[in-house]
Amino acid sequence: MSAVMPMDNHYADSFTAVRGSLPGAGLPWLDDLRAAAMDRYATIGLPTTRQEEWKYTNVRAIAKHSFQPSLAFCTGLVEDDLGDALMGDLEAHRFTFLNGRYSPQLSRPGKLPEGVEICSISSALQDMPEVLEPLLAKQADGSANGFAALNLAFFTDGAFVRLEEDARLERPIQLVYLTTAHGDPETHNLRNLIVAGAGSKATIIEHYLSIGGPVYLNNVVTEAVLSANADLEHYKLQQESLKGYHVSTLQALQARDSRLVSHSASVGASLARHDINSVLDAEGAQCSLNGLYITGGRQHVDFHTRVDHKKPEGVSREYYKGVLSGKSRAVFNGKVHVHQDAQKTDAEQSNRNLLLSRDAEVDTKPELEIYADDVKCSHGATIGQLDENSVFYLRSRGIPQPVARGMLTYGFAHDIVERMGLEPVRHLIENILVSKLPHVDPSGIGQ
Amino acid sequence: MLTIKDLRVDVEGKEILKGIDLEVNAGEVHAIMGPNGSGKSTLAHVLAGRPGYEVVSGEVTLDGEDLLDKAPEERACDGVFLAFQYPVEVPGVNNTYFLKTALNAIRKSRGQEELDAMDFLQLAREKAKFVNMDEGLLKRSVNEGFSGGEKKRNEIFQMAVLEPRLAILDETDSGLDIDALRIVSEGVNALRREDRAIIVVTHYQRLLNYIVPDFVHVLSGGRIVKSGDRGLALELEEQGYGWIDKVASA
Repeated sequence: MSAVMPMDNHYADSFTAVRGSLPGAGLPWLDDLRAAAMDRYATIGLPTTRQEEWKYTNVRAIAKHSFQPSLAFCTGLVEDDLGDALMGDLEAHRFTFLNGRYSPQLSRPGKLPEGVEICSISSALQDMPEVLEPLLAKQADGSANGFAALNLAFFTDGAFVRLEEDARLERPIQLVYLTTAHGDPETHNLRNLIVAGAGSKATIIEHYLSIGGPVYLNNVVTEAVLSANADLEHYKLQQESLKGYHVSTLQALQARDSRLVSHSASVGASLARHDINSVLDAEGAQCSLNGLYITGGRQHVDFHTRVDHKKPEGVSREYYKGVLSGKSRAVFNGKVHVHQDAQKTDAEQSNRNLLLSRDAEVDTKPELEIYADDVKCSHGATIGQLDENSVFYLRSRGIPQPVARGMLTYGFAHDIVERMGLEPVRHLIENILVSKLPHVDPSGIGQ
Repeated sequence: MLTIKDLRVDVEGKEILKGIDLEVNAGEVHAIMGPNGSGKSTLAHVLAGRPGYEVVSGEVTLDGEDLLDKAPEERACDGVFLAFQYPVEVPGVNNTYFLKTALNAIRKSRGQEELDAMDFLQLAREKAKFVNMDEGLLKRSVNEGFSGGEKKRNEIFQMAVLEPRLAILDETDSGLDIDALRIVSEGVNALRREDRAIIVVTHYQRLLNYIVPDFVHVLSGGRIVKSGDRGLALELEEQGYGWIDKVASA
């Protein structure tokens, strides 16, 4: 696509300008990774709708901006500026990244138990590059698409979480990614690396927030490696400005009997694309992917999931729901690939969408590729409106029509929220949900 | 209280009610019986304001005020209540919350003060006891996972809380075993009052052993073909609906 061409020069120029000041600059292996990613980007550019994976998500709006890599570190923000967004009732190890950089001022790491290491990727590259070298960019190597390539070339920071064998973290790790957009359109390339040792257990929340209006692009990659029996619960809350763009990938690799639970809530951004991929690489690995998206106006949200069942007796569950109003648009593409060796795979997928307006649109596509013969796979996708009989039931009790519709919408979405084990997160999402339903009084609705 | 004059209603272009006349006074219990497809459920739903029914002609007034022009929620605020044959499940919405929202909407429309959560809960507990409903159902999502009997009991419980002037019970006996039928009926009987009218829509006479009506009307082919006292229901049970067709065409 011709529109991509000027961008190539733009990012190549940027890369030349900033490469020497990126974290880990001077480490040969990392310099090579970044340079290779930049080359890759020069070849493939940003995705176009001619690519199957991006058929329904046009990133032209992103391509037309000349996003500058953010290097300036913005200080001066204090916790109070963030209000409820930090989930005050959540007792967590908090690490905050401000405009793509770790912010000690807004972080509260707390005391970490034995065998648990959490720090910023930038400091890890400084203090223990030899630890990162065999781990970084091994699951997501920047080849997937132009965004992934740009992320690897430009990433400035992110969280590094390492759990040693049998380390169990009681409190969740709260990773806050805050964008305070100002001035020229900036891009923040964040990269997280989670390494969960055998038998370890942790809960990690990635929470994307923004203050202020201007356009920006957050480009995120999270790699997660789960060793045997590891147990990782991962939350991804995307609550960004309606002018922001958010593109992200969670790429997980799961060893024997490991368990990954991924919860996503995507309500913000003008365009949000979430790729959630897990490779079940050994027997008995399990993953549950849950997600809720709520869009309005002209928002566009795209969830692409891919579960690779590579070995026998893997279990995958996917429950995604969307509530769309205005002229918003959602895409769900759920790929389940059952490899030849993956006998006794048990995969289930469901995507349900509620359209609250005539002009909202959903493209949903389950994609099952099954090369083993003894498997149990099911999928279902629905797109519908509120049930008029239910609306009548509520109205017949005296409840005004808009309230009735709001309550039923809440009811539609709530089971995804209910799957979220962490109460403060559940409350946050519930409050967001209710705030989108102006006629509904939130207190006590779902108790 | 309720006056229905020559009510004709089409559903999807087909005439279902072909001229209904009915007068229901405060304190009375009327049973409307009839075979499947006679239009009795349509009548119940038209009174509650269900969308999708086209009133071709006739009028319905509640205490002299036109009912047919009003939205379902306005009718509820005027004191109309329909107990559904198939109560709707509302996952995720707490039963207490749902009913508090309903009651406060009705109270607000009447210029009464809204109840806060504590006061409402106290009221709800009293009423649950009154209609013999397990208090545990208050905390559950509306009708979700309720047994058939629990759903019907929840309808009667809602009626007890909302205190309608005109309650319409649509096939409340369907799907109930004899114990559940007895409990639900006891709830309804406890709610009989001088200033409240009740219309019981049913296919079978057996419900009327428990909720004894003052008047019985037999609906057939979209018309009331016979009215009488409780004896009519018993006669109908003995003779079957075939008898009615004979009487009607005679």
